Amino acid sequence: MNFTENMKQSFHQVADYLLGQLKNGEQANVNLNAEESLFVRFNGNKVRQNTHVEQRTLGLLLQKEGKTAHVSFSITGQVDEDKKRADFWLSQARKECDLLPEDPYQVPIKNNGTSDNTFKGALLPDEEVISAITRPAQGTDLAGLYCGGPLISANKNSQGQSHWFATENFFMDYSLYHGEKAVKSVYAGTEWNQKDFEANLALSKNQLNLMDRPKRTLKPGAYRTYLAPGAVAEMASMLSWGALSFNAYKQGGSALQKLAEKEKSLSKLLSLRENYGLGLTHRFNSLGELADETLELISAGELKNFMTSSRSAKEYGVPGNAADSYEAPRSLEILPGSLKEQDILKELGTGLYLSNLHYLNWSDRLNARITGMTRYACFWVENGEIIAPIADLRFDENLYDCWGPNLLAITEFQAVDPMVSTYESRSFGGKKVPGMLIKDFKFTL
Amino acid sequence: MFDLQHTLSSLKNQADWVSLRHVAEKTTFRTIRDEKADRNSISFDQGVMVEVLIEGHFGFAGTSDLSSSGIQRAFAKAVSMAKSAAAHKVHEFSLEHRPLAQGSYRSPVVQPLDSFSAKEITDIFIDATKAMKISDKILSRSATTMIVETSFHSISSSGSEVDQHFSIVSTDFSTTAGAGSETQTRSDSGGLARCLQVGAEVFDRASILERCQRIAEEALELVSADNCPDTTMDLLLAPDQMTLQVHESIGHPLEYDRILGDERNYAGWSFVKPDDFGKLQYGSPLMNVTFDPTIPDALASYAFDDSGHQATKEFLIQNGLLLKGLGGLESQSRLELPGVANFRSASWNRAPIDRMANINLEPGTSKLEDMISSVERGVFMMANKSWSIDDYRNKFQFGCEYAKLIENGKLTKTLKNPNYRGTTVKFWNSLKAVSENRETYGSPYCGKGEPNQVIRVGHTTPYCLFANVEVFGA
Repeated sequence: MNFTENMKQSFHQVADYLLGQLKNGEQANVNLNAEESLFVRFNGNKVRQNTHVEQRTLGLLLQKEGKTAHVSFSITGQVDEDKKRADFWLSQARKECDLLPEDPYQVPIKNNGTSDNTFKGALLPDEEVISAITRPAQGTDLAGLYCGGPLISANKNSQGQSHWFATENFFMDYSLYHGEKAVKSVYAGTEWNQKDFEANLALSKNQLNLMDRPKRTLKPGAYRTYLAPGAVAEMASMLSWGALSFNAYKQGGSALQKLAEKEKSLSKLLSLRENYGLGLTHRFNSLGELADETLELISAGELKNFMTSSRSAKEYGVPGNAADSYEAPRSLEILPGSLKEQDILKELGTGLYLSNLHYLNWSDRLNARITGMTRYACFWVENGEIIAPIADLRFDENLYDCWGPNLLAITEFQAVDPMVSTYESRSFGGKKVPGMLIKDFKFTL
Repeated sequence: MFDLQHTLSSLKNQADWVSLRHVAEKTTFRTIRDEKADRNSISFDQGVMVEVLIEGHFGFAGTSDLSSSGIQRAFAKAVSMAKSAAAHKVHEFSLEHRPLAQGSYRSPVVQPLDSFSAKEITDIFIDATKAMKISDKILSRSATTMIVETSFHSISSSGSEVDQHFSIVSTDFSTTAGAGSETQTRSDSGGLARCLQVGAEVFDRASILERCQRIAEEALELVSADNCPDTTMDLLLAPDQMTLQVHESIGHPLEYDRILGDERNYAGWSFVKPDDFGKLQYGSPLMNVTFDPTIPDALASYAFDDSGHQATKEFLIQNGLLLKGLGGLESQSRLELPGVANFRSASWNRAPIDRMANINLEPGTSKLEDMISSVERGVFMMANKSWSIDDYRNKFQFGCEYAKLIENGKLTKTLKNPNYRGTTVKFWNSLKAVSENRETYGSPYCGKGEPNQVIRVGHTTPYCLFANVEVFGA
């Protein structure tokens, strides 16, 4: 039995056992997160470190007499041992309920249905990964991370709800360097295709060749700028920092407060939605609630919906939309426009072509102002021709300008930006975003 | 508890060297928002990392399955990792990189954490959020603690055995005030910046209520305050902002794995070159920076790093001159430079890499009031709220929660949205006064590495005065 099959069998047994131990008046929700992962870290097209990880965590939300307790604990995949752990942590959750104050915004546990999806991938055998990457990259200074293996999220509750989602996926997130000049790419999917990876690598090598010119140092100021999808994805990531959270909005912490209150507006060219049809993640959240396949967030520059969890819905008396507790998009899409790929440089004319941005943060959250750096393949363009790579610049720009009247065009193509975060565990999700042409994008340092 | 020694004895003859690192960590969150229960959770994470040395390469395999078959499976994977990468390794490693280590460490705790119940904490926090309700303009109030109890127990086939126990409490009190379309948030020194190796003594009701009252008053001040001016002037930074300044513009660029390029694809490289050590005048002669894992209550104090290297205080920068960087034994060999004991992993499921620990600015000789008096026109900024720096750790822009204008040697009006920007070496060379008193803060969430790892860092710093810094508001 492989990792996924073993976990499916043991999860159902342990979750059913745990739910079977509940007493009258108790309700519970049980989550599983599990992965079997190979991580290979490269530097200079050699292996710096390689690590194999098997991990499994069970989360228990217990409701009792108006109280709510959350506990989570590592499990082993061995049913008898995991039942013992479940017993212990159920008793701890009960103690928590006894000691904590009432939870005024408790979301009643209900049956949100059943789903069962297992997607088998075609990944490289672990022992072939290193040569599959280093051989075609021979002669390059490649740095990056290969990550792959089964990834599982599942959920059961005391009202009979049951969701299972397992996939086998990988990503190769890498940079190629020539001295301090670098380009960035990600090759990701569920089926490793050596030719596709080599084509991806060849594209990166070609882009790196474009960098082989003296760097141009530009003065701070406002420049006509093209943000490639990689750069737009970084800006879109900022929307996960409370900007689209209904709870953050009500608490005074949303960067889109002025948009919500119609004090400010965004361009009619701009539309954002949560779209589970992209296939980047499962639709059920940690309570097992199923989101609609799509949720309009910003449509033609107007805020249509915040991400609203059932807990926020209860607190503020508004409808929820099955957002998870952190109320951030899990599968964000920025809709395409009409700018054709072959017209990008011509429409840019003279200005900056930015492939990536780095280390963004709100510099003035209330006014949706973001600061960050240019990174990787960023070029000075004159009259539609790439002239030179640039020395990195700091930008400090607000969304109401760059996604407002200064947004000139959006590309007709989009690129998928898979979630490559591996803090504590691997992640589901990602984004699909186009490129954007912007006038007077502000650089400060 | 499974028997680590017994498990090791069954494996140790099957590789050149093998170690087992068992980590168990309990994390408790308690949050009260507007006097009501909000987030209350306990997580318990445990597992074992098996590490082997074969053909000059270390292979790693971590598992949450602590049965003997689970560990055997992880051991076989670790062997496979080492063998598959040995021909592609970045460096030939040996047992020199895993010295014999025997010892233990325990956080200093005055009042054990289990002496304070969830009810006692939540009662104080309910009162804390009440204390912040001083006006109808207060929109939200929250009180949070994260309590972490961690044990690292590692043993190796060469006879090492290290046992380290950490008791960590982070607190965060925060309020947002608003009027019209203006909102301003003030917290107790920045989000979870108050994080120490301590016990339940940190839940001192009187101190917490006093701090909450102050931050609510300051949040109200901010709502009607002027914006920080856009100009170049003297900048005085409080320790709760200096912690971020030290972290981003000293700690990270001095990490050897960044200098070696391991981190290039993620957090970035470094403007510091190997030749800079012993030569680069990083800052003014007032600048003295140490790696100090020996400060009792600081967040990243410990006895040994994960290679078994014993942790000691080391000067990184003395009188402004760059002397030494932050690299463990592996990076020291690769760079042929001396370093420190900072080869640390986030948990059982990650391989160790070069991390900051406690990176501190040593105290100066100035009194804070004299530093203020010396400024004709400047700004005094407190508590970080925004941070961004380039991938070489050179061009930075940081924002704070709260500021005071300094005019003719006196603190005058409150300023909102204070930000400043600069470049690292120029900025540190503009350091013109360092206070004699210091405060300790830190972060539980320093992110780095591939696969990603969050780790705890501590920073003990004085108040510092910098000349001619570009500051600006909203």
